[in-house]
Amino acid sequence: MEHQPPPFFKRGPAPLAQLSFYAALSLALIFIDSRFQTLELLRQGMSLFTHPLQQAAHAPADYLQNAGSYFSSISHFQDENSRLKRAQLNGAETLLRTRQLEAENERLRKLLDVKGRQQANGRVAQILYAARDPFSRRVIVDKGQQDKIVAGQPVVDDAGVVGQVTRVFPFVSEITLITDKDQAVPVQIVRNGLRSVVFGLGNGQLELRFMPANADVQKGDLLVTSGLDGIFLPGFPVAKVVQIERDTSYSFARIYCVPLAGVENFGEVMVLDPREPIVLPPQLTHETATTLVKPLAKPGAKKKRLKKE
Amino acid sequence: MPATFSSSRILQPVRPLFILVSLLAALALNFLPTSAWSWMPDWVALVIVFWSIREPRRVGMGTGFILGLAMDVADSSVMGQHALAYVLAAYAASALSRRIMWFPLGQQALHVLPLLLLVQAVQFAVRVVPGVTLPGFSYFVGPLIGALLWWPLTFVLLLPQYQPVDRDANRPI
Repeated sequence: MEHQPPPFFKRGPAPLAQLSFYAALSLALIFIDSRFQTLELLRQGMSLFTHPLQQAAHAPADYLQNAGSYFSSISHFQDENSRLKRAQLNGAETLLRTRQLEAENERLRKLLDVKGRQQANGRVAQILYAARDPFSRRVIVDKGQQDKIVAGQPVVDDAGVVGQVTRVFPFVSEITLITDKDQAVPVQIVRNGLRSVVFGLGNGQLELRFMPANADVQKGDLLVTSGLDGIFLPGFPVAKVVQIERDTSYSFARIYCVPLAGVENFGEVMVLDPREPIVLPPQLTHETATTLVKPLAKPGAKKKRLKKE
Repeated sequence: MPATFSSSRILQPVRPLFILVSLLAALALNFLPTSAWSWMPDWVALVIVFWSIREPRRVGMGTGFILGLAMDVADSSVMGQHALAYVLAAYAASALSRRIMWFPLGQQALHVLPLLLLVQAVQFAVRVVPGVTLPGFSYFVGPLIGALLWWPLTFVLLLPQYQPVDRDANRPI
């Protein structure tokens, strides 16, 4: 060791040593992040550095967009205005009656001694941009920890469920869309009350999985949230059935749906407040807590329900 | 095949500040809202490969790791996904740096193409384990465009190092 001549240039550790160090570090990060999700603090810290740069990068696009809307003609806005007015008038009678119906429903529930339904409250957030990750379908909205957003909050727009908040940063938060691969939403068919879970396919479509081949599902059926997950309030429209393949060689039907909400659009969304936790009667808490939290109904249970109907 | 690359220009030493600025500019280019176009080249990978070839003692795996983490946070992908890809690309680029400079730019671009493909392939491999599908083949078009960008990139990033045209007889070089 001592007899070696001093190095001419300082080069630091050998390249292979550096490579193994950094590769091991990255692999450890990948493993920890995908298994334990404990790196959120590091992510939030780094986002304080990347967020301003991202905003700076988005500024030119925003300016162009603003300039475009500035120069769009008056007639365009007049058209839009009259269309929105008409839409509001069309919805007015249902909306006005809804209030009365909700009050009536509340009163009846009280009479029957059933717990009242939680009102849907939330805050409007603007979609800033779609996350750059080409493997997933996520968007970033402009409300974050500053606005007391927490992970898990459901997100809806004017037509239905958009997704769920999955990650919260100081100023922005990240929403996983319902069309993201394997993103699950427990739903119910409006026509017959059949419960199931709808999964994202990753290509903009949804799939109703684990439905028996003879399940009572028709093309055009409307799916709403069942609320069994304890996250989504029941009754929000989610998707519409567009295609059913009943193949006897498979035990399940392949049922494809399209989301009702403008999932791939950019605009405003409503981040709903977290749902109140479901309170179970004391004797049930012990046995059924697990089954209530995981609403993946077994196909056998569904068959029984079908026969009953 | 004999080395055909011959340059009549002698480059000035690179300024570290310019490297930093170019890396930040690449990061900003990656942050542009272009997520709808999956064929966009990965600018950060391209610039890291460039500096790892030109200045392997200044830019290398450490830079790749830090920038990779920044990309992971901005992309909201798995932490370490970009970092691993950039570290591997920087290692391969610095290993190539001795011989690649002897080639003309076209053959340099051919050397760079597999490095950029490696970046995409590593990211796909990281994500395929928890089960994702390939987002279309345009995902691998980005490296192709990135390799074609090698000509303008070399010109732009070496611009500050070119000698001034006016000759000075008193200057040693």
